[in-house]
Amino acid sequence: MRNTIVSLLAVLFGLLAGALLMAVTGHNPFEGYRYLFEGGMRDISRFGDTLATATPLIFTGLSVAFAFRTGLFNIGAAGQMLFGGFCATAVGLTLDLSKPLMLVCTVLAGFLGGALWAFIPGLLKAKFNVHEVVSTIMMNWIAYWTIYYMVPAYFKGEYLETESRQLPDFASLKSPFLSEAFGGSYINLGIFLAVLAVIVIAFIINKTTLGYELKAVGFNRHAAEYAGIGVNRGIIVSMLIAGGLAGLGGVAEFTGNASNIQIGKLPTQGFDGIAVALLANNAPLGVLFAAVFFGLLYSGRGFMNAMTDVPPEIADSIIAIIIYFAATSILIERLVRKLLRIRADKREQSAEKGRES
Amino acid sequence: MDYVVEMLNIRKEFPGVVANDDITLCLRRGEIHALLGENGAGKSTLMGMLFGMYEPDRGIIKVRGKETIISNPNVANRLGIGMVHQHFKLVSNFTVTENIILGNESRKGLVIDTETASKRIRSISEQYGLNVDPHAKIEDISVGMQQRVEILKMLYRDAEVLILDEPTAVLTPQEIEELGKVMKNLIDEGKSIILITHKLKEIKAVADRCTVIRRGKTIGTVEVSTTSEADMAEMMVGRQVTFKVSKQAAKPADSVLRIDSLTVKNSKKVLGLKDFNLDVRAGEIVGIAGVEGNGQTELVEAITGLRKAESGSILYDGQNIVNWPIRTRIEKGIGHIPEDRQKRGLVLEYSIEENMILEVYQKRPFSKHGLLNKAAIRAYAKRIIESFDVRSGQGATSVTRSLSGGNQQKAIIGREIEQDPMLLIAVQPTRGLDVGSIEYIHKRLIEQRDKGKAVLLVSLELDEIMNISDRIAVVNNGELIGIVQASETSEHELGLMMAGLRGGEVAQ
Ligand SMILES: Nc1ncnc2c1ncn2[C@@H]1O[C@H](COP(=O)(O)OP(=O)(O)OP(=O)(O)O)[C@@H](O)[C@H]1O
Ligand SMILES: [Mg+2]
Repeated sequence: MRNTIVSLLAVLFGLLAGALLMAVTGHNPFEGYRYLFEGGMRDISRFGDTLATATPLIFTGLSVAFAFRTGLFNIGAAGQMLFGGFCATAVGLTLDLSKPLMLVCTVLAGFLGGALWAFIPGLLKAKFNVHEVVSTIMMNWIAYWTIYYMVPAYFKGEYLETESRQLPDFASLKSPFLSEAFGGSYINLGIFLAVLAVIVIAFIINKTTLGYELKAVGFNRHAAEYAGIGVNRGIIVSMLIAGGLAGLGGVAEFTGNASNIQIGKLPTQGFDGIAVALLANNAPLGVLFAAVFFGLLYSGRGFMNAMTDVPPEIADSIIAIIIYFAATSILIERLVRKLLRIRADKREQSAEKGRES
Repeated sequence: MDYVVEMLNIRKEFPGVVANDDITLCLRRGEIHALLGENGAGKSTLMGMLFGMYEPDRGIIKVRGKETIISNPNVANRLGIGMVHQHFKLVSNFTVTENIILGNESRKGLVIDTETASKRIRSISEQYGLNVDPHAKIEDISVGMQQRVEILKMLYRDAEVLILDEPTAVLTPQEIEELGKVMKNLIDEGKSIILITHKLKEIKAVADRCTVIRRGKTIGTVEVSTTSEADMAEMMVGRQVTFKVSKQAAKPADSVLRIDSLTVKNSKKVLGLKDFNLDVRAGEIVGIAGVEGNGQTELVEAITGLRKAESGSILYDGQNIVNWPIRTRIEKGIGHIPEDRQKRGLVLEYSIEENMILEVYQKRPFSKHGLLNKAAIRAYAKRIIESFDVRSGQGATSVTRSLSGGNQQKAIIGREIEQDPMLLIAVQPTRGLDVGSIEYIHKRLIEQRDKGKAVLLVSLELDEIMNISDRIAVVNNGELIGIVQASETSEHELGLMMAGLRGGEVAQ
């Protein structure tokens, strides 16, 4: 409850600061925001786009949040997402199956690819106490260069060296039915997968012995060890799940929102996932809302840019400011407490006055 | 009267509990003022408010006669108030100097000036006879030394009023004596001290006056010299407390634990336990007596599996367990009340109920097919909370961190005894407990024995060892010096053995 208030306040302050920025740079903040939000929500098609933009963020946010709940800082969601997406693309371009079967295979491939990418840092941490921040960042670059080599070598597109062939329809998460229902939006089946992932992760964290073990390891590994919980196993399992989630983000991005994979890019959603998790205070349901909110800003900024002369970077700045406020939530919490105290004092005073008179 | 600190009619509420309800405590200049009360009575909370960690809901704090609002610890520092917390707050891979200047660093250009600081630390250390090496790393020094670092930290910041929250709970008897001397030195230099402790003997030895609180209310302030220990205990608990435990002679049966030439390395990779032999039988309590750091930790951790044995064997119920995983040892009936409750014993971020199933969560009825059964967990936790009188604001759902130190300890003891282990290893089980709780825990340990279980008791307190154990094994420098019958030994004999003199030599 208190955490929710803090997150909402962070968002509010971020928006206020954005308004200030717009005003200072000589734009009308009301107009700016109107178009920003209209751009993300004006009609069902735009809202579909917002959800589609949010989908990979939900996965990467969940990935970071889940790792964090178990005491690990997964900076490598970008690499896991890229490699997972690559695995899914490779499967989609190679196998020849019916659509349902194919989707099961691409999703599985994406999960496993991401999990593999996170397994290595997990193993390094468990066996040699190598800090995961360092090793996951290195894995990001290994993924980057692996894709840089693999795509032109084996999956080269017809015209461009720098991207893979287009996925056939039966290997894509796009669904004509869904697109039409959302008025031609590029929303796809990924969003259902993402919501399902939120539910599953929330369930694992709160209701299962696995979640109990992993959290215990994350909070206090000495106590976990004392209780006979396998600390090293916990670290590896947790990284596997986190990596798999990021890998699914790759599936959603590269076989859903897009229909091929490009080289020379680390997906930004990997890093935005950290922001999402932070704003969500690492709660799965919070991740869902935070990701959709960020998706809204990202998909609305183009419209804002088209309709006004507010630069689209304002949206990025707002996100950055929100992150600052979320990261310094302790300050906001203090503020909340102070406000509550002042209110309580006032109530007490008026109660006393009431008694006196 | 010249008071340095007056806390008048203080009230502080936490969710579900009134921790302080109209408490008054006045500290005279140059006195040692003891603060006594049951576990969870509100002592740490009261001192937390004097140190600016919480603000009182009601009441007035006056410092040197002037009413003040201490909104955070920096304000307290400026007012010359310093505090050593119940659980130390030192950075373990920093040096003493780095820890002391942390948050208060003086600079020379752009770099932190540690040289001048360590000189000053050395001179303060000499002035008060603290004997602290400013360049030692925290992780390398004993708990007693760490505590003196905490005291130094206050003195470095020119504290006039020193709050010590259960400073002696983690100290060896020798260290306690030294601390007593240090406190006298401090008083001679014009400082004033508030001392929280559960040990009435210490209050008698060093304090001038004593304020007793019970369940958040002041019971009264007494002159220590004219009040007996029994009277203070009664004021605090509200009934008479027996200090002696009554127990019948043990009826030991078969051996449960047989340790044979066990050798274990300590954390510095040198031998901490050498060629150790010990036998613990069903239906007896074997006490391990010794000065801290003489192999007790290595012994306990080797039995529980937290540390690898170099050589030798540990036979438990006839089987050699040296290579068993920790989980198996627990499941086969080895219970362990760990020495460090916050490091090993509890996940502080978990609620009490979650901590109560730390070792059994994977078993029925607490979980089935990997799913936790919240109702069964709650019922189980409630039972432990009730029988061991674990007090907290919100019962089973309270966050463990919010419990008072003594109540955290009671929760661990409850958890371990409730599993009814065949072998219970209790390390300093009553550390930080009030006299009433100690009485109860001792009773439960003996009950365990009478049910035919084996108990291995490790304690630094000779009184406890002598009162509870049937046999006493004395360790020194990682070696077994000898084993004596508790009924036939004396404090004097144990003392000599703890210093390393063999039983035979003592007898002559
Ligand atoms: N931060 C907190 N949040 C909620 N409840 C708290 C908090 N701190 C203390 N309490 C509650 O206030 C009561 C008093 O706790 P306190 O730590 O002051 O006891 P104490 O007298 O120091 O006990 P002990 O001898 O065991 O250390 C306890 O019931 C405890 O659960
Ligand atoms: Mg306390």
